[in-house]
Parts: sequence; C-alpha cells; structure tokens
Amino acid sequence: MTPVSPESALAALTEGLPTKVARKRAKAQMVNQVAPDGTVPEIGVNARTIPGILTMRGCTYAGCRGVVLGPTRDILHIVHGPIGCSYYAWLTRRNQTRPETLADVNFMPYALSTDMQEENIVFGGEKKLRKAIEEAIAIFNPKAIGIYATCPVGLIGDDVHSVARDVEAAHPGINVFGFSCEGYKGVSQSAGHHIANNKVFTDVVGQLQGRKPGKFVLNLLGEYNIGGDSFELERIFEKCGFTMQACFSGNSVYDEFASAHTADLNVVMCHRSINYMAEMMEKKYGIPWFKVNFIGAHSTAKSLRKMAEFFNDAGLKARVEQVIAEELPSVEAERLLAYERCKGKTAMLFVGGSRAHHYQDLFGEMGMHTLSAGYEFAHRDDYEGRRVLPTIKVDADSRNIEELHVEKDADKWRELKQSALDRGMTMNDYVGMMPEMKDGALIIDDLNHHETEVLLEMFKPDIFCAGIKEKYVVQKHGVPMKQLHSYDYSGPYAGFKGAVNFYKEIDRLVNSKVWGLMQAPWQRNPEIAGRYGVE
Amino acid sequence: MLLRHTTAEPKVEREALTINPSKTCQPIGAMYAALGVHRCMPHSHGSQGCCSYHRSALTRHYKEPVVAGSSSFTEGSSVFGGQANLLEAITNLFSIYHADVVAVHTTCLSETIGDDVPQIVAKAIAEGRIPAGKHVIHASTPSYAGSHITGYASMVKSMVTSFAKRTDKRLNQVNLIPGFVEPSDMAELRRIANALGAKTVMFPDTSGVLNAPQTGKYEMYPKGGATVAEMVSAGDSLGSLALGPLAAGSAARHLEVQCKVPAQVLELPIGLRATDAFVDALRNLSGTVVPEGLMEERGQVMDFITDMHQYFHGKTAALAGDPDQLLPLAQFLRDIDIEVKYAVTGTPAPKWAKQMAAICGPKAKIKEGGGADLFQLHQWIKQEKVDLIFGGTYCKYIARDEDIPLLRYGFPIYDRVGHQYFPNVGYRGALRTLERILNALLDRQDRDAAEEGFELVM
Repeated sequence: MTPVSPESALAALTEGLPTKVARKRAKAQMVNQVAPDGTVPEIGVNARTIPGILTMRGCTYAGCRGVVLGPTRDILHIVHGPIGCSYYAWLTRRNQTRPETLADVNFMPYALSTDMQEENIVFGGEKKLRKAIEEAIAIFNPKAIGIYATCPVGLIGDDVHSVARDVEAAHPGINVFGFSCEGYKGVSQSAGHHIANNKVFTDVVGQLQGRKPGKFVLNLLGEYNIGGDSFELERIFEKCGFTMQACFSGNSVYDEFASAHTADLNVVMCHRSINYMAEMMEKKYGIPWFKVNFIGAHSTAKSLRKMAEFFNDAGLKARVEQVIAEELPSVEAERLLAYERCKGKTAMLFVGGSRAHHYQDLFGEMGMHTLSAGYEFAHRDDYEGRRVLPTIKVDADSRNIEELHVEKDADKWRELKQSALDRGMTMNDYVGMMPEMKDGALIIDDLNHHETEVLLEMFKPDIFCAGIKEKYVVQKHGVPMKQLHSYDYSGPYAGFKGAVNFYKEIDRLVNSKVWGLMQAPWQRNPEIAGRYGVE
Repeated sequence: MLLRHTTAEPKVEREALTINPSKTCQPIGAMYAALGVHRCMPHSHGSQGCCSYHRSALTRHYKEPVVAGSSSFTEGSSVFGGQANLLEAITNLFSIYHADVVAVHTTCLSETIGDDVPQIVAKAIAEGRIPAGKHVIHASTPSYAGSHITGYASMVKSMVTSFAKRTDKRLNQVNLIPGFVEPSDMAELRRIANALGAKTVMFPDTSGVLNAPQTGKYEMYPKGGATVAEMVSAGDSLGSLALGPLAAGSAARHLEVQCKVPAQVLELPIGLRATDAFVDALRNLSGTVVPEGLMEERGQVMDFITDMHQYFHGKTAALAGDPDQLLPLAQFLRDIDIEVKYAVTGTPAPKWAKQMAAICGPKAKIKEGGGADLFQLHQWIKQEKVDLIFGGTYCKYIARDEDIPLLRYGFPIYDRVGHQYFPNVGYRGALRTLERILNALLDRQDRDAAEEGFELVM
C-alpha cells in the first residue's frame, strides 16, 4: 500500500461535508509538528459537538457519576431522575473493587434511582427524592451518600443540594452531598469530572484524619481500576514501600477520600479527569503533584523512580530500583516476543482524556507506530501541554461549570514541595500528547463516525482503539479493534503485569489468522462457474 | 457475596426508591425499533449522553454496530429550546450519512422543555433540509413515562402514522408487527409465515441489521429492515397481527383506525400455546394451510416435553423482564409443569399482572411498574428459593449469590451471545428454550448428585 500523506488524509476528512461542519471540524484536526522548543500547533478542542455528527462523547452525568464517583464502593449513589440514567451507569464501566472482608460495605452492584415519573416532573421531585434517600438509609445504612441530578432535575428546579442538607441535618452521622451534573451541561463528560472534583473536594476531602502508617504516603489520582489496574498498582506501590493513602477513585472507600489531605504527594494518571483535585489540594493543603504514567513497563519504571526521587530517600530509591530489576526481566522477555511479531504495525487511538496518549507508550514498546490519535473530551492542555493553560480561552459552556476559589488552609497547609523544586524536579507538569508524538501524525479530537470510516479506509491500520460504540463498526471494516475504556473485559494493563497482558492481547489481535478467513473459497476463485450435465 | 446488602425481610416499605431496575427508559426502545427500518438513522433529541448510553447498551447486547444521531443539547439549547440543534442534525444526517429515514425520538430533556418535534420537522421541510423522497418520523418518548417497551411501541406506532396508506386495492398480505424481540425472532416469524405460504409485511424488522454477517466490508445500512414501501403498503393489508400487546398493540390499533386494517393483538409466540395461536391466526387471515413441516416442528416440541417431563415437573422459577415476553413464557413453563413463583417487570402493566396471576396461580408473587425491581425479586428468592431464574444479565448477580442457574432471557444480555442468532419464538424457539431449561437443570443435577446417584443415562 502506498503511504497516505497526512495532508491528503486531512483533506479527505472534511471532503464533501456541509461547509459549516467542515469548517468546524477542521479546527479539531491537525498534522502534528513539534517545534524544537516542544511547542505544537494550536488545536480547537473542548468545543460543542455538532448535532447529528455521530459523536463518541457522553454527558456530564456520565463523567461525574460514572467516571469519577462510580469506582467508590461505600458511597451510596442515588440518581435523581428518570430510570435510564441510573440504569446505564450500573456496573458498565468495569471498575473493580475488593472489599477486605464479607462484612465490609460494597454498594457497587446496586443501582439506585428515584425513577421520576411525569407527576414528579410537573409537581417537582424533591419530595420523592427525600423519601427515596430515607428508604435507602434504612436499607443500606451508608456513611456517605452522593445525589446525582439528571437533565430534567435542573430544568424543573429540584435542588439536590438543599435536599442533601436536610437529610444531613436529620442524620448527622451521614455525609450527604449533591452533584449538579445534569447531562446538558458542558460539551462532554469533561464537565462532569470537574463537577465531581469540586464536590468531593469541598464536602469529603479533609473531613477525617487518619494518615496511614508509612514514610512515603501519597495519593494516586485519576486511576479508576478498570479491569484491575489499581490492584496491580497497589501491588507495585506496596512492594516499593509507598503507602497509598487514597486512590481517586479505583478500589477506593470514603474514608480514604476524606483523609487524602494527610498524604505528602499526589501523583496523577488521568490528567483530564482529576487535575482539578490535584490543583485544589495543592492550594489548600500544600500537597504537590506531578503527572505519572503506569501504562507501559518503562513508563511505570520511570514514574516509580520519579516518586522515589520526590521523597529523596536512599532506602526508598534502592528499593524501587530493586523492584524494577525484579519485575522488568520477565516483562522484557514477553515484550521481545511481542515485538518480534508486532513491530512495524500501525495503531490508531481515540479514547478518553489520557489513554490515547498513555497507550502509545505500550504500542511503542511493541515496535508499533501510532498513525493517528485523539481524545474524546480533552482540553487543549491535554493535547499541547499545560504550558498553554494561560492562553486557553474560556467559552460560555466552560464558564457554566463552577471554578472553585480555593484558599490556603492555615492549619492544614504544609510545605512539601520546595525540596523537590530545589532538586530540579518538574512538578505540576503535563507535557500533553502532541509533543510526544511524531511529526506527521494525525491528531483528531472528538473523532466522529464519518472520520472513523475515512481513516480506516485510507490507512487500514493494524489496530484501532476506541470504545464500545466503535467496536463493531471498526471490526466490520475488517480491522481488529481494542476497546480502551473497558479493555474488552480483560486486563489489567497498567504496571508490569498489565504490560505483559497488553503485549499478549495486541499480539493476539494483530496476528490473528481469523481476519484472513473472511472470504469463502468460491469468493476468492469466482471465475469457475457452470457444471457438467449429468444424467 | 455481591449483593451483600440485600436481606430477605424488607427493612422498609419502599415507595420512592428503585433498586436494580427491571426496566430502562423509553428512548432505547424507540432507537431499537427504528433500527428495524431499512436505511433508517435513529436520532435522539436530547443531550448526547442519552444517545451514547443507548447505543452502548444495544451494542453490548448485540455485538453489532449501532449508529444513531444526537441533538447534543448544551445548556443554551436547554434554555432556548432544541430547534436549532434538531434542524442542524437533520441536515447533517441526510448529507453526511445519507439516511433514507431519520427516526427522531425525544428524551426527558426535550420533553421537559416542551420542544415540539412535529413543528420542527415541518420547519425542516419548509427549509428544504429533507431531500426529496426522504423522511423524518417522530415518536414522543419522555424517559419519565413508561419504559423501553412503551418507547418501542411508540416508535412502531409512528411507522404506521407516518407511512401506512389506504388505497383502493386490498393486498393479499398480512402485517406482522413484532413486539420487542430479537432479530433472530423476527427472522423466525418470517420463516414461519413463508412456511405457511402467507405473504407478510413485517415492521419493524431488525433481522439482517443487528445480526449482520462479518464480510470485511462495513455497511452503515445493512440489508435488513422494513422498507418505506412495505410500511406504506401496510395500509392495504388484509389484517394485522400484533405480537405482544404492550409493544405492538398500539401500532396495530392505529392502523385499524387509520386504514381500516383489522387488528388482532396476540401474545408473542413464545412456547407451545402462543405459537399455536399465532400460526392459527396467520393461517386464517392469509387463507393458507399449515404445512407438514410446521406440524413436524410442533410435534418435536411435544416429543421433547413428553420425553423429559420428569425433569421439569415440580421445578420452580423466578422471572424478570418484559411483560410481553414473560406472559407466554410463564404459560409455557406452566404447561411443562414448572411452577412460576415470582415475576417482576418494571414496565407499568396492571392488566399483565392480573393475567400472570391467573396463569401462575394464587401463590405466585407478581409485581409490575414502580417497585417491581430486581431487589424485590431477590428478596423474594431469599425468602424462598427457586430452581431457575429467567432474566437478563443483571440477574447473574442474584444467580451467583444464591447459587441458582440463570437462563438469560430478554433484554439486556451483555455477557452471552446466541440471542441474536437463535430464536425464542415459534416451535423452533420453544425447542431451544426447552433444551436450555433441561440442560440447566441436568447440569445442576450432575453437579450436585452424590457419587452413587450420578446418572449415566438421563
């Protein structure tokens, strides 16, 4: 196949589209070019989805209830709205959780809803919500309750926050908080992440003391335990001697959120969904943060080393080196097997707010080349790096999402960052996806169905990564598809063991012979037709 | 224990709280029905999360591409109305995706703000946004009423009101209007009609759409689906058979009023008696004779039951799912002497509850609508166990905790395949259901038998 030039592909993406659509989409499509100083072209993202475009995106409620709060097992999530919103967020994101004993709380397999009916829309639903919460308390006896507002709730003026306050007054032992995460807010799930971060920060973090024992106590932010990723990271952290005070929010419990401010460091996996929390915790409590990536064995090693460097303890550094030395050889052996079978193959990744970036490391370890990538709901800083933050224009849709004004907590603020800065460590960093991609790669934000088809036809990549809605569209094109939201019900892919799982899985997909059986023998050899006359 | 907070005895009488629903919202039903129209693009008039969730759910169930548009409401459109969004969407769906039909359904959002979809469609026509020969149809499906079943019914009704025309000539054909069943079921209905020699028009028809072959070539609009011409001609048919009162009844009754096509509302042909009723009605309506082949299939069902009756007799079952499916299923289970102890459907269906009680007997616990959820069903099961659970994938959490075999039945089935290929309806479907029940029971017997009681021949 003759290689397709990125410029011609870019032209093909908008060819034949209505002018208005073409103009709008062109802003979100780039040929990557990294200047010597690391700057990249400006991309037009976090913009409204074009009606009728067949987007991958979901809503604010999904980002709040599903992504950020969903993985926590002992906050009772009550969805105030018609039944569907609660129904579709019910166990579908594969956030694994592991209560320590049978007596421990686990609300994850429960979907709670006020199942609003027409009369609740007409006459208001607060009464029903209040009653539903009382019933839920009687049944589940939770220590914390999250109430999630869906589209009609905001429109009819039901106030989930005042209901939360009332319930809390009646049940002083229970922390009740509401999320104004109506689906129509913002332009994607991203708004929901922000709303979730805000409320967890104001109403949960800092409520409890109880720092876990250990010298090197940190929080892991933006890791949601899809397919057991958090379990693998818990294993590695423990082996290295790090104490995970809280994970936001894979395999997490309320008490960990509430005492997260006692940690000394925040490390951030998914920048898009949780950077607000990291920023606010730094302002209020002085906890510094930096970006990590545990997708890919070498990225994992690099992140662990940076964490050890932060704490600047010789014993810890030695322990981390020892763990890496123990873990890497078997990973490396598997990597080489996969490398031999996969090198030179091509990938495309369109997912999330960080995975389209992170997983390029894993593909790179296998010798695979990323032709094109983009996020579903990211902002410019996720593409271009946080260096562009001061230049991002805040549009009306983003302005509707509250930006909390956070002040230093005089009692709880601790100086934790200076030593790291003095040693030249880079903090508060995210370089973004584009500076780490090759020149000429196609960057496309909020990829839609039409563009997916154009890419598949023009480039015929060896593998395409996105979500469930794209899964079978891609595969019906004859191209293997890997879901990077749900991992196709396998995993983990994070950390050392996860890398091995991923190498094997991608090897299976790109080298499977089954794709070669698409045509029947008579389709491959059609010219022989007719038959001899037999009496 | 997965559902470790569920106790046998209720801690509170629930009036407001639904836990683990046995229904979902109207729009997904409308989207599914619209996929049963040839070259149709379903469109969700609301915020994009609805569309994303519905597409995801249908994709997980069918393992097939499910395309649909969204009006992608923002806060602005929620305040000023969604007209601009829908107009833009209509233009884009026709010009980018070349649909023949765009089937718009509403959501709680667009209904709450009072968007008038017919008026917006009229405006789209006036502005020339709908190319000649193409169509936009519409169903009102606020999520705060009914369930996915009523949403399906509403979109199917819209196919009638949008397309069916009465002309001077009567056509020698019968309208088949299936309820919310699988593409495999719809294909089986057509096979039975063909076996009878009855000419039929079926809408919606998701066969060939949501069980399309893998050829290496993607078709946005696969071969299947009812065509506009077929739906137009439905107004001239000899009669309509609506299969499933809640999901299909309304379309057939509208067709009767609109085009004077006589409507018969039957149960879904699940199990022996309901299939008999369907075959009999179709035979009478089309003036055909039941062929030997179908009689053979029926005979095989009878043979299976008489051969293996000992394993069915006296067993107990709990049912969760859609009313149109559960009623004939319950009847079939009763016919093979399995006792139906519990049945729940979240779909509002008071009449169904009475009919179910009549079939299942006075001891059976039957619940519909509000409060009829899987949490309730699980509590009943904890109070008194059953041998089998029939329901969608969410029942697997109960099944595992209580160590009861689950027969995946209805919607959604996220964790197994087969439903898209192998029918539950007709005699073939009955045979498949019998086989699945028997295997579940015998696997259990084999697993639990004492060594000396482990049977070679069963």
